[in-house]
Amino acid sequence: MSVGLGLRADGRRLLIPYVMAGVVPDWLDLVRGVVEAGADAVEIGLPFSDPMLDGPTVQRASALSAGRGGRPGPLLDELAGLDLDVPLVVMTYANVAMTLAPERGVGGFVDHLAAVGVRGVIVPDLPLEESAEYRARAAEAGVDAVLLVAPACGDDRCREIARASSGFVYCMSSMQITGERADLAQTARETARRVKGMTELPVVTGFGISTVQHAVEACADADGIVIASVLMRMLVDGAPVAQVVEEVATFRRALSSVQHSPVGG
Amino acid sequence: MFTDEVTGVMRAPDAAGRFGRFGGRYLPEALVPAAEAVEVAFREAWADTAFTAEYRRLLATYVGRPTPLTECVRLSERLGVRVLLKREDLAHTGSHKINNVLGQALLARRMGKRKLIAETGAGQHGVATATAAALLGLACTVYMGHTDVRRQAVNVFRMELLGAEVVPVTSANGVGTLKEATNGALRAWVNETEHAHYCIGSTMGPHPYPWMVREFQRVIGDEARAQCAEVPDVVVACVGGGSNAAGTFAGFVDTPARLVGVEAAGGAAVDKGKLGVLHGFMSHFLQDEDSQVLEAHSISAGLDYPGVGPEHVHLAETGRVRYTSVTDEQALRALKLLTRTEGILPALESAHALAWVVDAAATGELAAGSTVLVTLSGRGDKDIQQIREHLG
Ligand SMILES: Cc1ncc(COP(=O)(O)O)c(C=O)c1O
Repeated sequence: MSVGLGLRADGRRLLIPYVMAGVVPDWLDLVRGVVEAGADAVEIGLPFSDPMLDGPTVQRASALSAGRGGRPGPLLDELAGLDLDVPLVVMTYANVAMTLAPERGVGGFVDHLAAVGVRGVIVPDLPLEESAEYRARAAEAGVDAVLLVAPACGDDRCREIARASSGFVYCMSSMQITGERADLAQTARETARRVKGMTELPVVTGFGISTVQHAVEACADADGIVIASVLMRMLVDGAPVAQVVEEVATFRRALSSVQHSPVGG
Repeated sequence: MFTDEVTGVMRAPDAAGRFGRFGGRYLPEALVPAAEAVEVAFREAWADTAFTAEYRRLLATYVGRPTPLTECVRLSERLGVRVLLKREDLAHTGSHKINNVLGQALLARRMGKRKLIAETGAGQHGVATATAAALLGLACTVYMGHTDVRRQAVNVFRMELLGAEVVPVTSANGVGTLKEATNGALRAWVNETEHAHYCIGSTMGPHPYPWMVREFQRVIGDEARAQCAEVPDVVVACVGGGSNAAGTFAGFVDTPARLVGVEAAGGAAVDKGKLGVLHGFMSHFLQDEDSQVLEAHSISAGLDYPGVGPEHVHLAETGRVRYTSVTDEQALRALKLLTRTEGILPALESAHALAWVVDAAATGELAAGSTVLVTLSGRGDKDIQQIREHLG
């Protein structure tokens, strides 16, 4: 069973909000809320002490969760009760993926994901060369292993990553860690366009998508976007869940206009 | 007396950058091309006699190599074992760190990079990197945990005087030491791969760093081997990330010498760590049951790292090197002893290696009359404040 984030051909742009598990006490309401607001999937972050690829905002979200006692295993278990009609995709780092089920390594981790109904997984520090076992175990567990492409990757490498990825291909918009930015990087559309020519899977752009304008612009090439820091910043600054849900609805409305636009097709 | 497997343990890692099960390259895709480029450049440079000649010239004329081997007459009498010190404390900037940094700075220049990025705990590697950057005309940014910035104000000033920018790393749930400095440097590398080289300070990080840093530090062991009339019975070095120890052991791994690596009790990753992945490599790390990496605790900032270089865990598994640990108190006692008997104030890190010798001589683990070579990785000047707080 695949994440199956809608068919590329139907032109609907995919909206994937990111929620750090446990960031606020009512984070599960946020997950339900963003789905109601039109998310096509939800990326669930698991707190880790040393998030290499995350900027200050997601770091703060992770620390908030950890400070409230948030731990990867129990947070995953909280997802089991959610009955959503869009897939959940977990994002965490290799150390969590490899040691959360100490005896069974990544296999135990992806089994845990499958058991709580998670359909996809992203481990950004398991690059192609280190990912063979992880991908095999994820496939056995019926969980899509989504791989990332970065603008610095050459064509051959992009093609291999796209071939090895399942569910969708995740494009980093620029050579930058996560965080809000003033402009959409030049590399965002280029990279998405390059990868789209290499795969039938949806191509989703993330990192630095900070405004509705960025989202629309990125979706001129990409099949969808991930938004993270903008939402997490609202939460760590104390905004109520309802306000964050409203922000997601705003992104949904904007992206819905892209699907009909001629460049979008 | 040694099997191929054992003598082979300090050769190059396999194609995936592994020493046995450990090592590898656990990086986000954004950094994979950068790490590959470092590997290619290092392989080419290390086989290029013009590069190695330039490196050796700097080691001789700038670092002051070869560093001497000092026979500790009074200390040996006290302990009943013959103690030889490999004096990395006499290298320029005060520790072995400069050997590696000069190699990487030359490599960065060869790769056309304009800037060095580094992480530092107490500041020794940061000072060495700022020094090499000044020498070669490169820009330099050093990432340092916010607590260490406060504790090591003098070293911060020293780096700034050398023209480096020191960036305090504050993370929401961290205590502001070396682990976070490394996170900060890695994030900076993601953002600046095009023009900056990440100059890692120990035998850690993604492939090819553990191997490359060991090769740049191999000079310690090779020199010491040539300076010893006979192979010592035991060779000892302290282990933080493991660079001075790896460089030392590389010179003796194919001899019958017993090799001993000494960690800080509060950062003993080889023994107390669990298999995991941090900062781009697989090794043993101190971590809790929830996969969160813990902070190490040691009086010596250079040993305050929750992990250890991958080759060391492999050397432990093959049995070629024995790893052990000593407490802050043991290290301080050994520091005082060396200072009083030989007039040499060692770095707190190096005092750990010495502390094992003192204890092993007392318990008989070191047979009376045996010869022990200890790498004195650095001088204690940088630690004066800390030492004064504890012994003053
Ligand atoms: C004097 C000295 N010795 C040892 C170390 C530990 O590093 P390594 O284990 O890489 O030799 C440091 C690190 O800062 C140091 O400054």
